[in-house]
Amino acid sequence: MALSLDIFLQVLMDGIVLGFMYALIALGYTMVYGVLEFINFAHSEIFVLGAFVGVEILLALESSGTLAALNPAFVVLMIILAGMIVSGLAAVALERTAYRPLRGAPRLVPLISAIGASFFLQDFIRLVESVWHNSFYLSYPTLSLLDRSVRLGAMVEVPFKSILVIATALAMLAGLYLFVNKTRLGTAIRAVAQDPDAAALMGIPVNRIISLTFFVGGAMGGVAGVLFGLHYSLVNPYTGFVPGLKAFTAAVLGGIGNIPGAVLGGLVLGLMEAFAASYLGILTDGAFGAEYKDVFAFVILILILIFRPKGLLGEKVREEGV
Amino acid sequence: MKNRIFTAGLVGYILLSSLLVYYFPQSVLAFLAFEASLLLIYYAPVSRAVKLSLAAATLVVVLPLIGTINGYYLEIAIQVGIFVALALGLNIVVGFAGLLNLGYVAFYAIGAYLWAIFGSSQANEFISGGYFPLSQAWFFVFLLLSIAAGALTGALLGLPVLRLRGDYLAIVTLGFAEVVRALVNNLDKPINLTNGPRGITPIERPPLFFQPLLEGLGVAVDPAALYPLYFYFIVLLLLLAIILVTRRLEDSPVGRAWKAIRGDEIAAVAMGIPVVRMKLLAFAVGASFASAVGVLFAAKQVFINPESFTFMESIGVLAMVILGGMGSIPGAILGATAVTILNLQLLKGLSLWLNALRQSGLVLTLPLIGSLDLSRIPSQFEPAKYERMIFGLILILMMIFRPRGILPPQKRERRFDPSTSLRTGKLTTGGDRGEN
Repeated sequence: MALSLDIFLQVLMDGIVLGFMYALIALGYTMVYGVLEFINFAHSEIFVLGAFVGVEILLALESSGTLAALNPAFVVLMIILAGMIVSGLAAVALERTAYRPLRGAPRLVPLISAIGASFFLQDFIRLVESVWHNSFYLSYPTLSLLDRSVRLGAMVEVPFKSILVIATALAMLAGLYLFVNKTRLGTAIRAVAQDPDAAALMGIPVNRIISLTFFVGGAMGGVAGVLFGLHYSLVNPYTGFVPGLKAFTAAVLGGIGNIPGAVLGGLVLGLMEAFAASYLGILTDGAFGAEYKDVFAFVILILILIFRPKGLLGEKVREEGV
Repeated sequence: MKNRIFTAGLVGYILLSSLLVYYFPQSVLAFLAFEASLLLIYYAPVSRAVKLSLAAATLVVVLPLIGTINGYYLEIAIQVGIFVALALGLNIVVGFAGLLNLGYVAFYAIGAYLWAIFGSSQANEFISGGYFPLSQAWFFVFLLLSIAAGALTGALLGLPVLRLRGDYLAIVTLGFAEVVRALVNNLDKPINLTNGPRGITPIERPPLFFQPLLEGLGVAVDPAALYPLYFYFIVLLLLLAIILVTRRLEDSPVGRAWKAIRGDEIAAVAMGIPVVRMKLLAFAVGASFASAVGVLFAAKQVFINPESFTFMESIGVLAMVILGGMGSIPGAILGATAVTILNLQLLKGLSLWLNALRQSGLVLTLPLIGSLDLSRIPSQFEPAKYERMIFGLILILMMIFRPRGILPPQKRERRFDPSTSLRTGKLTTGGDRGEN
C-alpha cells in the first residue's frame, strides 16, 4: 500500500538530510577523539549553542525590522558563520577550562568532566535564555526563501531547506577535507592524532593544535546547529542530547577518529533512521512504529561496539591501558 | 574523659537542633542544623559504640518525632534514603570496580515497573483472570524478586559489553538505559505492558501488618499518617541491609578483586583474578540494589511513569558518588544526602524566596546599579529547575580539584613489618592510610 515510489524517494531525501546533519556533528566527536582519545560528551551542547546563536540573531533582526529588508541568502550565510565562530570558540574555551587540567588523568576522569560540562551548558543556556527572553523554547522566524521548494521530475518535491542543508554540509566537508589533507595545520592535526609525543618532538605546538581541533570540530557542530534550527525550527537547551548521541553513534559506526568514516556513518545512520521511522510500522503491521527510531540507533551503537568496535572504515584503534 | 565530654556535646547539639526544628517547623536552616548532627556524630572523636548508638537514636527516635510534627521532613528523609541506597549501589560499580555505568537508572526502573505492573491492575491487561493487583503482602516477595531481576538484567547487559574499554562501556550503558526508557514509554502497544507515558497508578503499598497490634494496644492509627513513618522505617532497614552487605563485600576477596581490577586490569589478570566474572558480579550487585530500591519507590509514589527514569537521574546519582568519593561508603552516603538536600530544600527554598520577592513588588534602589524592580525578575528563572547545572558543576569541579571526593576511601593496609613480624611471625595491620 504505502510502499509507493514517491514516498520512498521522500524518505530517502529525509534520510540524506538527517544523515548530513549527523555527519557534521559526528566530525566534532571524531576529530577530538582522534587527537585526544576522549569522548567529548559536551559536543552536543556546542551544537545546540550554534542553533541558539542562529535563532538569537534572527530574532534580533526580526524585532529591529531589518529581517525583511535583508537578502535572505546573506542572512543565512551570516548566521551560519556566526554559529560556526561562536560554537568553535565555545569548544576551545571548554577544552581550556574543563579538559586541559585533566590531561593525562585516567580515561574516565575527563569523560566524567565532559558529562558535567554537558549538563552545565544545558542549564547555562537555559539560564541565559530565561533571563533574556523569559523563555527557553525558541523557534526560528520563517524565512520565506526557505519555505519554497523545487520539483524534481514528477514525483519528488525538494524543499529549499533540504537543499540548503545538503549543500552547506557538502561545502563544509570539502573544506574540511582540504584543510586537513592539504594545509600545514591539517598536517599538524594528523601528526598529533598519530602520536602526540613524536609531534611535540617535531616542533608542533601540541596544545595549540588540540585547541585548533576543538575549534574546527566545534565550528562543524555550530554549522549543524544552525542548519538544524533552520530545518526543524524549534530549539531548546536540551535539544542536543539525542542528536548528539546519534552523531556519536555515527562516528563509532564509521570508525572513530576517521573523518570520512564520520560522514559515512552519519549518512548510513540517517538513512536507516528515516527508513525505520517510515517503514517499521508498515513492516510490523503497526505493532512497532516510528517511536522506536531512537531505540534503533542505540541498538546499532551497542551492536557495533560489541561486534566491530573499530567501525566500518576504522583501521586503527590505539590500544592502551585503561 | 574526652569521650564523655564529646558525647555530652553531641547529645546537647542533637537536642538543641531538634528543639529548633520543633519551634521553627518551617525553617530550612533549623532542619539543616539538625541534619548536620549526623555528620558531627560521624566526625566526633568518640568511641564506635557511642557513635552507633547516637546515630541510631537520631535516626530511629528523633527524626520520626520531627517527622510527625512536620510530615515534609519525613518525606525528605525518605527521598534522601532512597538516593543514598542508589548511590551505594552505584558506588559498587563505579567506585569499587571502576566501571562507569551511565545507565544505572535503568535497573531502578526495572524494579519499579516490576512491582508497578503486578502490584496494580495493569497486569490484567495481559494476564487474564483478574488476579491483579496482587495483595499487599506480595510487596515483600517482590522486594526479593526484584533483587534477582536486577541481578539478572545487570548480568545480561554486562555479559556482552564488559569486554569493552571504559569509555565505550559508559556510552553503551547510557544507550541501554535509553532503550529501556523508550521501551517503557512505548510498550502500551501491541500489548499494554507498561501503559506508556501515562504511567501506572494506583500501585499497592506494603501491608500495615502491625495495625491490629497497635489497635490492641489502644493506639488508633490513621493509615494516611502511618504510611510515611512506615516507609521511613522500611527505607532505613533497606539502607542498613545495603550498608552491611557493601561493607562485607568491600573487605571480602570479591571486593579486593574489584579494587585490583580498578587499579590495573592487566595486573589483575596476571594475578589470576577472573576479570570478566568479577565485573559481571559488580554489575549485578549494583543493579540488584537499584532494582530493590525501585520496588520501594513505586510503592511509595503509588504512581510511576517513564519521566522518573531519565538520564538525568543516572547522572544525579553519579554526581552523588563522585562528590562523596568514589569507592567510599561514608562518601556515598554523604554525597547522596548533600545533593538531595541541596535539590529538595536549598534550591526550592531559594525559588520560594525569589517568588516572594517577585510578588512583593518592591523596587530596590541600589548604589551603582540604580533602581531594581523586583517584580521584574523573570518568572522562568527558578533555581529549583537548575538541577543539571548543579550536577554538572559538581562533576567538573570535583574532577579538576578533588577527584577522590570529600570523604575518600580509607585504605586499610595490611603490610609486612619486618621489625616486629620476624620475631612474632605475625602480620601487622597498618593504620588507616590514604590511598594514592
